[in-house]
Amino acid sequence: MTKQILIAGFGGQGVLFAGKLLAYEGLLDGKEVSWLPSYGPEMRGGTANCSVTVSDAPIGSPIVANPDILIAMNKPSLDKYLNETRTGGQIFYDSSLIEEKVERNDVEIYPIPATRIADDEGLKTLANIIMLGNMIAKNDFVTLDGAKKALTKVVSERHKDLLDFNAQALTLGFEYKN
Amino acid sequence: MAEKVLMKGNEALAEAAIMAGCRHYFGYPITPQTEVAAYMAKRMPKIGGVFLQAESEIAAINMVIGAASTGKRAMTSSSSPGIALKSEGLSYLAGCDLPALIVNVQRGGPGLGGIQPSQSDYFHATRGAGHGDFHMIVLAPSSVQEMASFVFKGFNLAEKYRMTTMILADGTMGQMMEPVSLEMGEIESYDKSWCACGGSGERPRNIVNSLFLKAEELEYFNIKRYEKYAEIEKNEAMYEEYMMEDAEICIAAFGIAARVSKNAIDEARKMGIKVGMIRPITLWPFPKAVFNAAADKVKAFVSVELSMGQLIEDVELATRCKKPVLLCNRSGGMIPTLEDVLNKIKEAGGIN
Repeated sequence: MTKQILIAGFGGQGVLFAGKLLAYEGLLDGKEVSWLPSYGPEMRGGTANCSVTVSDAPIGSPIVANPDILIAMNKPSLDKYLNETRTGGQIFYDSSLIEEKVERNDVEIYPIPATRIADDEGLKTLANIIMLGNMIAKNDFVTLDGAKKALTKVVSERHKDLLDFNAQALTLGFEYKN
Repeated sequence: MAEKVLMKGNEALAEAAIMAGCRHYFGYPITPQTEVAAYMAKRMPKIGGVFLQAESEIAAINMVIGAASTGKRAMTSSSSPGIALKSEGLSYLAGCDLPALIVNVQRGGPGLGGIQPSQSDYFHATRGAGHGDFHMIVLAPSSVQEMASFVFKGFNLAEKYRMTTMILADGTMGQMMEPVSLEMGEIESYDKSWCACGGSGERPRNIVNSLFLKAEELEYFNIKRYEKYAEIEKNEAMYEEYMMEDAEICIAAFGIAARVSKNAIDEARKMGIKVGMIRPITLWPFPKAVFNAAADKVKAFVSVELSMGQLIEDVELATRCKKPVLLCNRSGGMIPTLEDVLNKIKEAGGIN
């Protein structure tokens, strides 16, 4: 099993953090993982993304050009990676920020209004975690419990009070019916 | 086995330096290596070490010369344009026979270039790090774990041979996160009776110097140094082989290029193409013998690199051009894709 995941959005939406959480879940589960961020000027205002690979075998290149799973948190990211996603793959996108319908018949498409849910539930800035929770519901290489355990590794001591909110966001995404 | 933690290459490298006994870090920020300096800034004051952000890269390398003269484990890190500025200091380190660790997390060049990953300082690191006759030991990590463990190796080799070790990484190695075991290596200890750290007047003074106005004297030291280099070439060349047992095509690649190549080899093997890889771990000394031996077995080599064709020259030299060497490369911050490498493997397979 090797899964290549690309998480993309605006700088500030927490795509790198969501990727790190996913990678840590894999690590705690005894899998091989890699995490590679985009870095540089494009992170201010433009699109930021990170490549995550989770595998049973040692990972070659950490670069994900053609993801099995795309999590797109804004329109430019969806436009950029829509056609790069592998046939048979999955595309998750934030339907509160992307209104257009996604036109591809050879992938599973999961719209989720993550930003709206986050706002409604008082979890502002956690749309990224809601999206991740939704992705976990549609895959078995990663579990909700595992992701909650991984939260304790990636949420810093200083922000410990946010642990429960993150866990809640994961659950909300997990239980959302697309 | 020790618990593994997820760390960025730059951070793992910085933590390894602290664990390897480095308490003197001098740096100057530059993407994509800034996390090294940031990590040092956070940690060094807490453990009684020195983190000093110098006024320039040139100042930082000269501070390394000072600290290294006292026998302390000293290091600096930068990225390509910053490393170019350190060139004078690298030559002085060599002229003074000082052990030090220099880290280059490469970005695209020449000039100010870009900030995306590159391997185009290969010539600089292996041939022309500064003026005069000298070499540095050059280690090329291909994973976050190696970013860490090569710090131990680097300091140990530097002290063993009293010379500079450079870790030649690239932007991806610095920026990516992978699980790292914090058991990164062992500290070896070597004679430091040469160091200029003050004495009670009982022994002759130790002087750290690279100025020799008598030509015969300077030549003598250069020849001595090259005798040492010959020892190192004999004893310290390191490499990793991947699927070379029955290979008819041999890829040469290091760092991120080796990671992409591994995937391409796995794909090519599925198509029945017999391809393997020799990954040089030391770029200097270059593992010539293993390449030369491979040249008697394979029908072609492919040099995969993030530069306009630099590693390829060492492959051609090591194999005495016995077999064709194809180039698969991108430059300026671009990285060859799996398909790029696969196509070049197929092209090499067509050679008769």
